[in-house]
Amino acid sequence: MPSLIDMRRRIRSVKNTQQITKAMKMVAASKLRRAQDRVIGTRPFAIQARHVLASISARVDQSHHPLLAKRPGVTSGTTMLIVMTSDRGLCGGFNTNIVKAVGKFLRDNKEREVSLGLVGKKGRAALGRRGFPIRFEYTGLPKVIGFAEAESVAEAAIADFTSAKVDSVHLVYNEFKSVMQQNLIFEQLLPMAPIEVEKKEDGIDYLYEPSPQRIFDELLPRLVEAQVLRALLESSAAEHAARMTAMDAATRNSAEMIEGLTLTMNKVRQAAITREIIEVVSGAQA
Amino acid sequence: MAIPSTLRLEFVTPEREIVHDDVDELQLPGEEGFLGILPGHTPMLVGLKVGAMWYRKGAEKFHGFVGFGFAEVLPDRVTILARIAENADDIDHDRAEAAKRRAEERLAEVARGRVSEMDYERARIALLRAITRLQVSRHARTRS
Repeated sequence: MPSLIDMRRRIRSVKNTQQITKAMKMVAASKLRRAQDRVIGTRPFAIQARHVLASISARVDQSHHPLLAKRPGVTSGTTMLIVMTSDRGLCGGFNTNIVKAVGKFLRDNKEREVSLGLVGKKGRAALGRRGFPIRFEYTGLPKVIGFAEAESVAEAAIADFTSAKVDSVHLVYNEFKSVMQQNLIFEQLLPMAPIEVEKKEDGIDYLYEPSPQRIFDELLPRLVEAQVLRALLESSAAEHAARMTAMDAATRNSAEMIEGLTLTMNKVRQAAITREIIEVVSGAQA
Repeated sequence: MAIPSTLRLEFVTPEREIVHDDVDELQLPGEEGFLGILPGHTPMLVGLKVGAMWYRKGAEKFHGFVGFGFAEVLPDRVTILARIAENADDIDHDRAEAAKRRAEERLAEVARGRVSEMDYERARIALLRAITRLQVSRHARTRS
C-alpha cells in the first residue's frame, strides 16, 4: 500500500503536467488558426500563376523547358523525397506517420536510387542515419514560414533536377484536413505537370514586354516555389492541429488519472482511519 | 466592345493576397519603364522590376511596393504576380531604414574585396529594395 504522502505528491505532479498540456493545447489552437489563414493565403497566387501560364502556353515551346522534362526515369529512376517533419515533438503521430510512409516507399522501391531532403529536426533524427544520401537538411524553421524558406528548398530541388542528379522530386508532408485529421500527401514536385494550353476563344493578342518565352521560363520556377511553400505551410498547420489533439487527449487522460488516484488515496485514508478506530476500540475493550 | 469603367485588380504574392479590389487607375514599374494603366487597356503581359506602384480608387490613392514579378493586363482586369510586395501602410519605416544601412555596409565590404560576387548581387538587390520601400512609405506618410 503506498503511503498517503506519496500519493498526494503523485497527484500534484500529474496536476502540474495537466496544466502544461492544457497550456500547450491552447497555444497550438491559436497558432493553428494563424497557420490556416496562411495556407489559404497561398491559394490565389497558384491559381493566378497557372492562369497566366495557360494563357501564354500557346505561344511558347513547352517541350524543351527543363522543369517540365519527363525523362525516362520519372517512375523508375533516381528520385528525391523532400520529407517535411516538425522541429518539435509532442504532436502525436505527426512525425511517425511521415517516417513510416517514407520507410514504406524505401522498402517498395529498393531498386531505385532514392535520396532525401529533410525538413525538420524530427525527420533528420529518424531518417538521417539510414544510409541514404541526404541532399539537404533544413532544420530550425522560423515560427513564421515565409517565401524565403520555400525558395531555398525549391532551389535545392530544382538544382538537382535540372542537373539530372535525380529524375523526379516528390514532396512528403502532412496536409491539414481538419483538427482531428491530417492527410498524408505524397505528391510529385518535379517534373511539373504540363501546363494546359488554353484555347483562345476570344483571340486576345497580347503585347509582351519581355518575350512570352522569358515570362514562361521565369514563372515556372515561381510555381514550384509556391507549391513548396504551400506544402510547408500545410505541414505547419497540420503540426499544430496534431499537437492540439494530442495535448487535448493528454489533458483528458491526466484528468482521468487524477480521478483514479484521488479515489485510491481516499480509500487508503479511510482504511487508515478505520484501522485506528479498531485499534482504539479493541484497546478500550482490553 | 464597350470600354469597362473599372479595373479588377488582383495583386498576389506566393504568401498572400495583397489587394483584391476594383480600381480606377494604376501605375506599375515595368521592366522598361513605368506603365500607367486605365480601364480598357490593350491586353498585355509585362515583367516588373523593383519599384513603387500605386493605384487609385475614386479620389483615394494607395501606394505599394512591388518587386520581381509579372502583370497580366486585360481591358477589365489586372493580375499582378509578384515575388515581394507590400502595402505602403504595412511598411515598417525603421526596419526599412535598418535594412538600407545593412545593405550599404555590405556593399562597402564588397568594395574592399572581402565578399564574393554573389553576395554583391544580393546586397545590391537588398539596397534597391530598401530604398524603394523607404520612398513608398514616405509617400504613405505625406498622404496621411
